[in-house]
Amino acid sequence: MKIAVLIKDVPDLVEELELTEEGRLAVDDMSFVPSEWDDQALEEALILKEGDAGSTVTAVAIDTGDVDNMLFTALAKGADRGVKLVGDFNREMSNRARAEVLAHYCHTEGFDLILTGVQAIDDLDGQIAGLVAGRLGAAHASVVRDVALGSTSVTCIQEYSGGKMAELRLTVPAVLGIQAAQKTPRYVTVSKVRQMQKSASLEEIEGESSEAPALEIRRLYPPVASSHAEMWGDDVEELADRIVNLLEEKKLLRS
Amino acid sequence: MGPVLAVLEMNANQLTDASQELVTKAKSLADELGTTAMAVAFGDEIGDAIRTLDVGKVVVIGGPAVTSYASLVYEEALEKVLAELAPALVLLANSTMGMDLGAALAARTGKPMLAYATALAVDDSKQLVATSQVYGGKLLAEVQLPTEGTIVTVIPGSWPASGTSGTPQLEDITAEMVPGVEVVRVMEEDSGADVDITRAEILVSVGRGIQDPENLELAEELAQAIGGAVSCSRPVVDAGWLSRSHQVGKSGKTVKPKLYLALGISGAPEHLQGMKDAELIVAVNSDGKAPIFDVAHFGGTADILDLMPALTERLQGRGQ
Ligand SMILES: Cc1cc2nc3c(=O)[nH]c(=O)nc-3n(C[C@H](O)[C@H](O)[C@H](O)COP(=O)(O)OP(=O)(O)OC[C@H]3O[C@@H](n4cnc5c(N)ncnc54)[C@H](O)[C@@H]3O)c2cc1C
Repeated sequence: MKIAVLIKDVPDLVEELELTEEGRLAVDDMSFVPSEWDDQALEEALILKEGDAGSTVTAVAIDTGDVDNMLFTALAKGADRGVKLVGDFNREMSNRARAEVLAHYCHTEGFDLILTGVQAIDDLDGQIAGLVAGRLGAAHASVVRDVALGSTSVTCIQEYSGGKMAELRLTVPAVLGIQAAQKTPRYVTVSKVRQMQKSASLEEIEGESSEAPALEIRRLYPPVASSHAEMWGDDVEELADRIVNLLEEKKLLRS
Repeated sequence: MGPVLAVLEMNANQLTDASQELVTKAKSLADELGTTAMAVAFGDEIGDAIRTLDVGKVVVIGGPAVTSYASLVYEEALEKVLAELAPALVLLANSTMGMDLGAALAARTGKPMLAYATALAVDDSKQLVATSQVYGGKLLAEVQLPTEGTIVTVIPGSWPASGTSGTPQLEDITAEMVPGVEVVRVMEEDSGADVDITRAEILVSVGRGIQDPENLELAEELAQAIGGAVSCSRPVVDAGWLSRSHQVGKSGKTVKPKLYLALGISGAPEHLQGMKDAELIVAVNSDGKAPIFDVAHFGGTADILDLMPALTERLQGRGQ
């Protein structure tokens, strides 16, 4: 099958999320990492390809700045093509706007199967899988894992809450929002990515955008928690003592 | 102005808690905006669950096509309902169905969409304003919503359900079969012969901060010393380090132990959903800004790989 994986990068949550005075993310000062669920989607696609000699995997990213490394990493991991959709795009691009560009490209390329992460930490205006599927009018399912390829269909497990799930069969073209890959996403070394940067190239394709509904975001702000834990510091011994005392106080210690 | 429409989800022909919360919000927002609250639900045997909802009207979409959830069938049926009712606002839970349907429906209808809402209110200037939880719960977004059919997915548990009742007008329609997505079978996770974390009084819960499967032993030893069970966040399960029956959260189990010891867990909204009602929460995480500390009662910023053995040692010492 002709498989596409739609990937994007998001602010690294390990670092402080700086805000501008207008209550926007200070994107220029932040470091970005591939969205963890997109990484799962890429891994699932590579596993599918490895199990089916005829399949190809194309990693697709919109050029909102610095996506080359992410695409070369996908190539180093085993993707066949790295496609960068270029145009007048920036980091503030909404998911609705992204979905327009991605859907247009996917439609033109005629992919059988489109995988992407179930969500990203910044998809305030909807998740890419559903948005792209809705624009394509394609079969789709989100919160899925364990994808398997048929000849003109794919099967997968869709998870619901509380351990309920369903096995689905979707006719291609289909769009799946991947919750987790069958295996932990593979790792490639920086040197292997560098090597790829020298030996391979990315395909730059003009992204076609069209009008998409926009939300009026008044501001972003850190939650003022209605409560916060009483903090006991970072000293291991003291922390352990405090926890034991607490257990004692709450009568949770086994006698 | 069109109605405020809640799209409901059933579990064994009963309304889910999240759906009851949506009904409550649809009603209060409709009152404030001067319009009607309505609901739409799927299924053939759901009459008892919806007959007394506190809304003006309930559209019941039935027929053989809707016995199990399949995105395209539900979407097509909903799209017709939306075209007929022209709602000001459409509320769905941020569940699997909501995540699946919300975005696709927004794309199909060209309506704006907002995900991960935790609050919805009408402000002083009569504007509809929502709050959404983004960036793993580290930031909130305040968003102004147009009342022309905006689709909103709401994080379950964001506000209580009121439980008031009414006598809605009922309208039955039959969903059409739509090819493309076929439900092969519906399954239940076998409830884990190894553990039932929902019964444990103390949970030693580990997250990605455990770093390596070999370190799980430290958690097992601590659980044994404390008289509890080991549970975990989703990445630990996805990595194959613990079985799914150990998972706490949105797609795992909801737990309410007497003590929840969250070790190396950041406190993503999907995790909090499964444990925030625990009686006592103690969190240890090297990042003092991790959102888990907003729900924890007590916290520390030590390395869990050091803390676990230190704690085990003290507890073992006492037992002797
Ligand atoms: C549809 C859907 C359903 C989901 N369902 C669930 C669910 O049921 N349950 C669930 O848990 N998640 C669920 N998730 C995933 C969720 O969004 C988060 O990705 C997940 O909860 C993060 O797990 P974590 O806190 O262990 O990892 P991380 O967010 O990576 O946090 C690890 C934490 O460990 C800390 N840390 C690292 N090393 C150490 C150390 N040595 N000592 C102390 N602290 C350390 C770090 O500071 C960090 O805060 C779901 C996601 C989706 C999209």
